[in-house]
Amino acid sequence: MDQFILQILNGLDKGSAYALIALGLTLIFGTLGVVNFAHGALFMLGAFCAVTVSKLLTLSHKVVDDTRTDFLGNPMQVDVPYLHDWFGPAMGDKLIDWAVPLSILFAIPVMICIGFIMERGLIKHFYKRPHADQILVTFGLAIVIQEVIKYYYGANPIPTPAPSAFKGSFDFGVLIGFDVNAIIYPYWRLVYFFFSLVVIGAVFAFLQFTTFGMVVRAGMADRETVGLLGIDIDKRFTIMFGIAAAVAGLAGVMYVPINPPNYHMGMDFLVLSFVVVVVGGMGSLPGAVAAGFLLGILESFASTSWAVSNLPGINQVIIYLVAIIILLTRPRGLMGRKGVMEE
Amino acid sequence: MLGLEKKDFRLLLVVIGLTLFAPIILNPFPAGSEMAQFNAGYPDLMQRFVIFGIFAIGFNILFGLTGYLSFGHAAFLGVGSYSAVWMFKLLSMNVLPAIILSVIIAGLFSLLIGFISLRRSGIYFSILTLAFAQMSFALAYSVLTPITGGETGLQLALDDPRILGASQTASGNIPVPSLFGLEMRASYEMAVGAWSFTFNAGYYLAAVILVLAFYLAIRIFRSPFGMMLRAIKSNQTRMSYTGLNARPYTLAAFVISGMYAGLAGGLMASMDPLAGAERMQWTASGEVVLMTILGGAGTLIGPVLGAGMIKYFENIFSKINSQVLHDWFGFLPDGLEDFVVTLIYPFVGKGWHLTLGIVFMLVVIFLPGGLVQGGQKIAAAMRRRKKTDDANPGATKPAE
Repeated sequence: MDQFILQILNGLDKGSAYALIALGLTLIFGTLGVVNFAHGALFMLGAFCAVTVSKLLTLSHKVVDDTRTDFLGNPMQVDVPYLHDWFGPAMGDKLIDWAVPLSILFAIPVMICIGFIMERGLIKHFYKRPHADQILVTFGLAIVIQEVIKYYYGANPIPTPAPSAFKGSFDFGVLIGFDVNAIIYPYWRLVYFFFSLVVIGAVFAFLQFTTFGMVVRAGMADRETVGLLGIDIDKRFTIMFGIAAAVAGLAGVMYVPINPPNYHMGMDFLVLSFVVVVVGGMGSLPGAVAAGFLLGILESFASTSWAVSNLPGINQVIIYLVAIIILLTRPRGLMGRKGVMEE
Repeated sequence: MLGLEKKDFRLLLVVIGLTLFAPIILNPFPAGSEMAQFNAGYPDLMQRFVIFGIFAIGFNILFGLTGYLSFGHAAFLGVGSYSAVWMFKLLSMNVLPAIILSVIIAGLFSLLIGFISLRRSGIYFSILTLAFAQMSFALAYSVLTPITGGETGLQLALDDPRILGASQTASGNIPVPSLFGLEMRASYEMAVGAWSFTFNAGYYLAAVILVLAFYLAIRIFRSPFGMMLRAIKSNQTRMSYTGLNARPYTLAAFVISGMYAGLAGGLMASMDPLAGAERMQWTASGEVVLMTILGGAGTLIGPVLGAGMIKYFENIFSKINSQVLHDWFGFLPDGLEDFVVTLIYPFVGKGWHLTLGIVFMLVVIFLPGGLVQGGQKIAAAMRRRKKTDDANPGATKPAE
């Protein structure tokens, strides 16, 4: 039983990432009808927002410290972050320590801007083109974004730690009456899970309870009629693209402490997220989220030693296998709408 | 000629000529000169041109004709490579049975995958093929290690049985792939003045196969079968309303293109007898998509051009480092030189993928028909200008 709960928990963090990326993909697909192969790159850009912020916060200048000497006997030069000068050492260290959560504030406007530029500059011209062209041009864009990041940040993963308050693990088993150390779960993954729940909840609430969201939902259902009612639906869809980009970016920001980002992390996640979207049903937001968590948990169950010893290699292929079975038995996915992408 | 129309026959002759004289055409600069690094006439690169050309021709039969975008074609190439290497290990170092087996195995494999994937179309088909390819890649990397060699890849060893050949040569080395005794790596060097040309046996074998594959592709394009595939691309619904079942046609196209990929994989293993799982990764599938689109999907010669271009730039661009750039722009004033070099540097050397991505995006945006379409547009514009030049004097001639 404790193993069972542990695997569910282990699946949650990856599942959250899948769910967030798939949610963004579905938002873009449902509103603009565009298959965005550059969405993984947006996830990666979010992660590099966090890297950038943590680098900016640790910008420092050299100060000669007279009390200490280096190995040659000269007064030692110490790097002092500018933040220490501005806010004092205690506050400065705290800010540096909290770099990753702070970068959320930085990432949201940046990602929304990137989303706007992408949509207005490129995607807009591809509404009327076949889906294959959309896939191809966004695929090209993903390559370009990756290479630009690689040029500036190098090809190696850049470790960026979580705040020290969230280091270490949390003994989840004790809470629900298991032995000590039966179910241990790193704090940050728990944070990631709750964060993704908040973001998903916010997106759904935005769509459900605001006038703007209502118009967007109406546009998803019947774009032409909404346009005929005199509503500038294109502008609203552009904003939705920005929001989808921000969701992917936030997923990336918070994923940094779990997995040090490198320039091709987006592509790795993209393939899986597409599978998630297809399993959940093209164009269905709840489907994308549900399938994201479901596949994350399934993957974690398939990675247990029991599963691997009985079915070697199952941990590598489970997601694809599920996708193939779902596509062949329920062609619209778990919660797909009728008439989406069926031409 | 050969059952081809005059225009197609001319195209075939051009391809034959290009492949035959490639070692000379691709080496326009004298050896040892400044520009020698732009020479592409060395066997390894020429073999890659031809092999990826075959791969792209096959992919184009599926994507160019039926419009089904497969994102998992590299799996067939990988399967072809593995089966060829196994043939070298078990049977003999002759490349012929290896290539034949790789085509057959890739064909069977693509029959299986195609049968399942083709139940869906559009983006779903792309995702399905992608899922299958990623599955094969993951399995080849982990569980199937006894068959595929896992991370290290499948290599020849001294104690392989090789029933019809020797396990090792007299000097105790692993034998090299050959065609009835003609070693694939055998080359003939010819020096003409400052130029030196290399004629490689492996390249010419691959080139002959490329010409055959190209001929077959022309026949498919011009056949009623090819017509049917185009009908699927333009309007599948209407086709099924006229009482035709599209499935057998798409499946046949899928299997044919899978066999082409297997052929390319077998050839790749024949030139260099090892096979690794990374050949099956989805980025490799993406590469053949890039080649086909860049050259021009649905055209005959486009994919070959695209494959050649990408492989050429991959090899040549990635060799240019900042030192080379400084040499080139040395004639500029110092400040300007540094400026130009910093401007260009991100796009060459390690960053050549950036150039590739940008060029690819530009092609998709402005030239959906690829380079071939670009060429046609330019040719048409030239012709029009000529015509108007001819027509103008007549129009402005005053009445007498």
